Amino acid sequence: MTIFVKGNEAVVVGALFAGCDAFFGYPITPASEITHAASSQFPALGREFLQAECETSAINMVYGAASAGKLAMTATSGPGMSLMQEGLSYMAGAELPGVIVNIQRAGPGLGNVYPEQSDYNQSVKGGGHGNYHSMVLAPGNVQEMCDLTIRAFEIAFRYRNPVIILGDAVLGQMMETLTLPDQESPRPDTIAWAVAGTAATRKNLITSIFLNAPLQEEHNIHLQQKYAAMTDDVMYEEYMVDDATIILTGYGISSRIARSAVDELRQRGMRVGLFRPITLFPFPTQALQRLAKDRTVMAVELSNGQFRDDVAFHLGCPIANIPLINRMGGMLITVEQVIEAVLTANK
Amino acid sequence: MNIKKAVGFYETFERSGSPSRDTHYCAGCGHGIIHKLICEALVDFGLQDQTIMVNPIGCSVFGYYYWDVGNIGAAHGRAPSVATALARTLPGKTILAYQGDGDLAAIGFNATYQAASRGEHFATFFVNNATYGMTGGQLAPTSLVGQNTATSPGGRNPAFEGYPLHICETLNQLKAPVYIERCSVADSKRIMQTRRAIRKAIEIQRDYKGYAFIEILSPCPTNLRANAVEAARFVTEQMELEFPLGCFRDNTADAAPRVLRSATTNLHDLYATNAITAPPPPATKFVEKRMKFSGWGGQGILSLGIAMAEAGRFAGLHSSWFPSYGPEQRGGSASCTVVVSDKPIGSPDTTEPDVLVCMNRPAFERFASTVRPGGHLVCDALIGDTTDNAPAGIRMTIVPATKLAADFGVPQAANTVMLAVLNHLKASGIPKEQMLAALDASFAKKPKLIPINRRIFDQATTWCEENLPK
Repeated sequence: MTIFVKGNEAVVVGALFAGCDAFFGYPITPASEITHAASSQFPALGREFLQAECETSAINMVYGAASAGKLAMTATSGPGMSLMQEGLSYMAGAELPGVIVNIQRAGPGLGNVYPEQSDYNQSVKGGGHGNYHSMVLAPGNVQEMCDLTIRAFEIAFRYRNPVIILGDAVLGQMMETLTLPDQESPRPDTIAWAVAGTAATRKNLITSIFLNAPLQEEHNIHLQQKYAAMTDDVMYEEYMVDDATIILTGYGISSRIARSAVDELRQRGMRVGLFRPITLFPFPTQALQRLAKDRTVMAVELSNGQFRDDVAFHLGCPIANIPLINRMGGMLITVEQVIEAVLTANK
Repeated sequence: MNIKKAVGFYETFERSGSPSRDTHYCAGCGHGIIHKLICEALVDFGLQDQTIMVNPIGCSVFGYYYWDVGNIGAAHGRAPSVATALARTLPGKTILAYQGDGDLAAIGFNATYQAASRGEHFATFFVNNATYGMTGGQLAPTSLVGQNTATSPGGRNPAFEGYPLHICETLNQLKAPVYIERCSVADSKRIMQTRRAIRKAIEIQRDYKGYAFIEILSPCPTNLRANAVEAARFVTEQMELEFPLGCFRDNTADAAPRVLRSATTNLHDLYATNAITAPPPPATKFVEKRMKFSGWGGQGILSLGIAMAEAGRFAGLHSSWFPSYGPEQRGGSASCTVVVSDKPIGSPDTTEPDVLVCMNRPAFERFASTVRPGGHLVCDALIGDTTDNAPAGIRMTIVPATKLAADFGVPQAANTVMLAVLNHLKASGIPKEQMLAALDASFAKKPKLIPINRRIFDQATTWCEENLPK
């Protein structure tokens, strides 16, 4: 069965099919429809919804519910995401699963409510204090806003780690056809670690403090090993890459625009392809390295090169080798701009 | 000496890194007494298994070394948020938050105030010792006027540091809390009163009656640079002047057990009303169409776009709708872009639409020149005279859509007229059957309007047949 919904609404569909028990949020454009939909759909299923007093509180509510082994989530945009960094660090430190959706808007500061992808570094490199990573999933269409939310919960509980869905204002606001999931996900088993107010979990402890430095180091090493293991879960999409001499790469809305450019350039006889990372952390490094061999790679993004710099880092090449096609401030890249940049680079 | 062994604690405090039963608290500190009173009550009430303690930041950050219940450590000031989520996702459990004065009254005061105002189902034990203990004796929101601290070295001066915060009094302005009391552990008589208050707060949780708040004045000899006796005297002789003891509120007898949420539907039915089986893709090749709709907010621009996108979807095509949003939607202009295609859609936006609908003059002036050569420009006659600036190389159609809608009896239905015009012009390439299905779907929540809009669609179609060039 299919419905026609905004990307923001699809997130809630995914959350409910994932078995999400509780949504804690604070409204912010352009993510508000997630909170709107959650406010009616979670209670309709007897699940918990609460509009928190601020994003700091919302993420700590996610922390609290996750501590009890519950599936909990929140959704926000840049300014709220900044407030949530403290809670994300604590969740990572205490090894708590949870899903945080960031429908990116333009910044810095208040910025505006139009699309940008400038929270890349904040999401992919940690964002809060300490040596930690959230896993970061980047949907590219409304279907993936739903499907990756389901996947995010599964990954979050498997690794006991926060997972960020890094969307953008276009994906959140646009409507597309969504094929509904077939059934609700199986519940994860949390009895070994969660504190659920039961005899079986009474001895469990959720904390991120290790006052003893050698123990804190041990904990850090354990976390790093966990992040390394996450490479098993990398996801990416390749489009028209087999015979391509030029590879465009971008995620989210930028990848959609790049895809249109690939189609147009192919019609003009140019061999152009698209590499779209779906996991931004861990980055599909090997897949991109394989593809980049003897080809020109160009980054398409709605930010100042944050993504491009990471592409260069993963390819182990100078930043100057990766041309940047970008806009900022809430301005969308146009298909024509991408085509023009490819033609220029190919001269 | 026959001292009663504290109950509800671990046998030995392994989590402290030493298998002893020594605490990390200083001699004369009140925390140990408060810990004991809480755990004793939990054991007496048989609640140990179902209790979760939210541990704070501060000296009692290591409360979990001792109390043998479920333990969760919260970030500084965030215990009320953590406890809120626990209370709401674990109905029937006993949720307790333990916080100091910096934690609760400074960094976390809003969380406390909001949780209290919502009447969250947990008890807070607020240990007020008028200073920051673990961090090294700095100024607390509850430090007394004149009190020397590490960050008010000349004594708290109201001119620069303001006055102590009175948390019980502040929370007592709220409707929801069931029980609010301030007590002290400075001497045995006061400890017995604190014992009663703690037990009452825990009983309220056991009986699921709502929010309870106990402030406990507690000595901190180390940071007062005092011995245990002097520190206790500071509490009774100075702190109590600023923070009088007593019960501020006790609505226990009247409080009804909290109401739980219950499901009104299931996951399958939740989306069933809007769901359709995916239509098969069209039999013939479909050339991708990029369409832009623009006009004033209130002209039904966005819903016209959705109807067109839905029509594409019903025809088995890939379909996307992307609106202008944000401040624009509160008056002024409205626009959206619809893409229908027989392959997955790349950009959902367009700078060169195949079809442009302009419902007002500003939209015409802004976008008319962007229409792709050979494309359709369809305007409401509201745009006015276009003789000087009609773009060349495109198919331009002007229809008095707003006037026709009014003539047909429904002034708000200009967008339905426009949908009929687009259908008549075959501008989108989508069959009429799916256009009508989409029109119906757009009124799924107001089914009475379906036949009315069908009639308008038909009347507008007739008008097109009679008035537009063949």
